[in-house]
Amino acid sequence: MEGAFKKRTSKAGVIVSARPETLSKATWLPALAKGLGVTMRHFFTNIATGKDIATIQYPEEKAPYPHRYRGLHRLMLRDDGSVRCVACMCCPTACPAHCITIVAEETGNANEKRPAIFEIDELRCVVCGLCVEACPCDAIRMDTGVHAHPTEKRFEAVLGKTDLMSRGAQSIATQGGKNDWRDTEKTP
Amino acid sequence: MGIILLFAIPAAAFAGMAVALVGVIGWVLPFVGSHSWGAWAMDPWFQALIKLALLILVVVMPIASLLTWMERKQSAMMQDRIGPNRAAVLGWRGWGIPHFVADALKMIFKEDFVPAKANRFLFTLAPLMAIVPVFVTFAIVPFGATACWSQMAHVVTDSQVAACTDKVVLQTAPGFDVGLIFYFAIASLAVYGTTLAGWASYNKWSLLGGLRASSQMMSYEVTMGLAILGAFLVYGTLEPQAMVIAQGPNPIDWGIVKQPLGAILFFTAAMAETKRTPFDLPEGENEVIGYFVEYSGMRFGIFFLAEFIEVVFLSAIMATVFLGGWQVPFLYTDGFHLGTHFLPVWHGIVLLLQTTAWGLKVILFCWFQLLVRWTMPRFRPDQLMNLGWKRLLPVSLANILVTAGVVLALEAWGR
Repeated sequence: MEGAFKKRTSKAGVIVSARPETLSKATWLPALAKGLGVTMRHFFTNIATGKDIATIQYPEEKAPYPHRYRGLHRLMLRDDGSVRCVACMCCPTACPAHCITIVAEETGNANEKRPAIFEIDELRCVVCGLCVEACPCDAIRMDTGVHAHPTEKRFEAVLGKTDLMSRGAQSIATQGGKNDWRDTEKTP
Repeated sequence: MGIILLFAIPAAAFAGMAVALVGVIGWVLPFVGSHSWGAWAMDPWFQALIKLALLILVVVMPIASLLTWMERKQSAMMQDRIGPNRAAVLGWRGWGIPHFVADALKMIFKEDFVPAKANRFLFTLAPLMAIVPVFVTFAIVPFGATACWSQMAHVVTDSQVAACTDKVVLQTAPGFDVGLIFYFAIASLAVYGTTLAGWASYNKWSLLGGLRASSQMMSYEVTMGLAILGAFLVYGTLEPQAMVIAQGPNPIDWGIVKQPLGAILFFTAAMAETKRTPFDLPEGENEVIGYFVEYSGMRFGIFFLAEFIEVVFLSAIMATVFLGGWQVPFLYTDGFHLGTHFLPVWHGIVLLLQTTAWGLKVILFCWFQLLVRWTMPRFRPDQLMNLGWKRLLPVSLANILVTAGVVLALEAWGR
């Protein structure tokens, strides 16, 4: 080990000189005392006040999530409680993980469809939030703040329409947009 | 609050421990021995047995098993964590103390696995070889002065204690002249345990771990013996009880003041003997596989426990040789003397205070060892050998030389 500190020429012709071997470095005691001082300070501070302790006692106390944390998906509802989604296929198109499956069906209303099947495989989901950004009518959101739950079978992680709507709420956005898009352009 | 508990709980625990030790050895034994039917109680062999059993059961095992908890809790406090606090006995969590019970239960009920080609006999023998020497060495540790049963409620002087007929020395093997040499002899037997464990496991890595352990322990035994020679020269004795008496109650005369370098050297070398973290490359819990890698269940638990008992023993030896053993500052046999002030104290109270002080010194050194263990990173093998042979050994030799010179000079000038 000592050899490593001697002055020598490296292969590239550079003269390598190490830090001088001082007594304090050779005995290791000053550095040891310094380190012991640090740990001792932490020990007594934490015993006396506990103010440095960073642990969160998880099941009892939980760290607040950031405001924009992306949790489990939910499907928003219309005023009458039916699903807000119009099965436009924007979200499965945007989804990089291909975890959204939508099968559309007729509503009887000539303007809109609705999803007959709306499934999200939470095991495939990469929680990127692109589906939420893609949605034109505020039908899908990831603002629940809830984790994907642990499951015993894989299929249990595939959430259907009922599951997704059970966390849903009414959106403040107007269903179907305002009037014509040309009208909104005229009114600033 | 925490600080108060930190000092109050050990003090209370060791006061209770002192009551048990001094009570049984100083009161019950002479009481039984004073009757015609109980003469066997004063038999030195029986007394030694009782003393060792009490010392192991009342002091060593509780401290060693609580050290497993203390290590986890102290490291947590040093690393800004909370540490174990989940195990509960009837809903009582007690700062995580029930965890050591949970650990022990887990150890006992785990599968006791023996590798197919391992030598079963040696494999079983190795943990015992590791733990028995550590227990035996406690025979030389003095945990109190001489108890004189008939004088418990009186203020006595040294000569009165010496003249006492039913006195009992609070040390398992009183008057054992070889003293610390016995410790070195027995402690070096512990090498067999580790090497055998590595050899008998039929595993290349545990064999290498066992080799590392034996090379390390043998190298540091040299320094350990030489480092404490200075203390022998200063006190003029090898017998631990005589060393404690030679140090006296004045902290100025304690070994740490007279032999500071010897204390550091001995502490370092002895920590290497316990194979704990700065020097834990024989076992290296997570990176370098150690000699007990094939051990599971309570066999592993015995190695684990032996390590902690070694910690307690090293603390006891450090306290005895360098921190005045059971001496309470300024507490003489007849009471506190400070300058011209004098506060007489009953003999029984003096003994209790002294044994409590011994326990507190032991726990102080245990605490310090854990502090070092959670502060220092591990040495490389070459660093370890360099430290042992190129640094500690020459310095300890120089320490002996200088100490001998000073002792001779002081004798020549008649102090």
